[in-house]
Amino acid sequence: MNSICEQPAMLNSDDWQDMEPLLSVQNLSKFYAPGKGCGNVSFDLYPGEVLGIVGESGSGKSTLLNSLSARLVPDEGHVIYRSEQFGELDLYQGEESLRRQLMRSEWGIVHQHPRDGLRMNVSAGANIGERLMAVGERHYSEIRQRAIEWLQAVEIDASRIDDRPSQFSGGMQQRLQIARNLVTHPRLIFMDEPTGGLDVSVQARLLDLLRNLVAQLGLSVIIVTHDLAVARLLAHRLMVMRRGEVVETGLTDQVLDDPQHPYTQLLVSSILQN
Amino acid sequence: MTTMIDVRGVEKSFTLHNQGGASFSVLERAQLQVASAECVVLHGQSGAGKSTLLKALYANYAVDGGSIELRDGKQMVDITTALPRRILALRERTVGYVSQFLRVIPRVPTLEVVMQPLLDLGVERAVCQAKAEDLLSRLNVPQRLWSLSPSTFSGGEQQRVNIARGFIVDYPILLLDEPTASLDASNRKVVVQLINEAKARGAAIVGIFHDEDVREAVADRLVDIRAL
Repeated sequence: MNSICEQPAMLNSDDWQDMEPLLSVQNLSKFYAPGKGCGNVSFDLYPGEVLGIVGESGSGKSTLLNSLSARLVPDEGHVIYRSEQFGELDLYQGEESLRRQLMRSEWGIVHQHPRDGLRMNVSAGANIGERLMAVGERHYSEIRQRAIEWLQAVEIDASRIDDRPSQFSGGMQQRLQIARNLVTHPRLIFMDEPTGGLDVSVQARLLDLLRNLVAQLGLSVIIVTHDLAVARLLAHRLMVMRRGEVVETGLTDQVLDDPQHPYTQLLVSSILQN
Repeated sequence: MTTMIDVRGVEKSFTLHNQGGASFSVLERAQLQVASAECVVLHGQSGAGKSTLLKALYANYAVDGGSIELRDGKQMVDITTALPRRILALRERTVGYVSQFLRVIPRVPTLEVVMQPLLDLGVERAVCQAKAEDLLSRLNVPQRLWSLSPSTFSGGEQQRVNIARGFIVDYPILLLDEPTASLDASNRKVVVQLINEAKARGAAIVGIFHDEDVREAVADRLVDIRAL
């Protein structure tokens, strides 16, 4: 379970030419007030691709993420998702029940604060099992076995399966949230500042774990972060946002090492070097 | 001879928007063709644009004009217009880049750092490990360090770990950005051997080397960067 940075591995890179996008976003806009929200965003996300959305607080990153992941109805635009179960879907044209079903099965959402993504008063095992039951798994022993496997995959001792998340450290809670999301083998994960609230030492471990899981499972990920080091480590491609607009987009290392837009240059040059 | 790298009319300037919009041109109508089994050494003063060209060949820098084609099997791919995931796929198996600097995630052991690019290609773990151990031994990285993260190593040790990582995959195209800077004579010799072995198996190599002995030992051609 180890790896290095430089460039996140692309799974199935041989197939790059034949693939259809998993998610196509067309002219998506959602504004709360002028300049607050996100406007006119378009992009394609391909299977196995990790897209990082970076920018300062208030730049519209989270609004965009919420609009993409069916949690916030946009003012305009389309989000087309190619579902394994339902075929091609125009998300906000369909039934809400369909979106909810996607969220429980083909999608995962990792929140910045684990308490937003976990049920704090039920056991770790139940937190993982709940998602399995939501997709129809009924056998208790099978659910418990899968829960144990996933605890181990995120480096939590299996003996903690009956403990509640409230008895876990912040880093463990975050790893449990990831396990809960991955147990149903989602194809697309949305992450909002997944390392945001963690100590630097805990962050490194989580990043290494995430990076490996994403590569091994061939997940597509959209990750919002204001931490450019996190973006460099995890994302194949970056989208830089400012005041609700995408100002620059491209290969992660190209955007960070040779930024073109004044705002991206400012963002990159503001990092302290050590 | 097969053309592996074909650079035509490349323009590159930098504009520093946050420093009064200062703009300077670094590459003007740059041309460069490199064949397989050939090692081209870029030459020129500091600031002449050697590193800029090398980084553009890896699509790490964006160019303002011209084309940069790299051979991927039977195809030539223009990396100035290719999609990001096309470039990432090229970097996985076709073009390698070795700089002086190692970037690591804390807590990842040296052996894993070196093996990773080959593992990512789906090569069997035992094969990757054997090759990584061989490279680390040849580059005189003591075996007792292999299980440790290189984040605490000396600069020279990190550099040699990085070289081992850069040579773990037999890339058809290799870009070398001063990989021998600050290495001692015996380790420089190892790097020269690695480069010549890569050349012998048909790799096209573009490098920047400040040590004259290295340059003479590997270069088939010196290319003056101002004359590009």
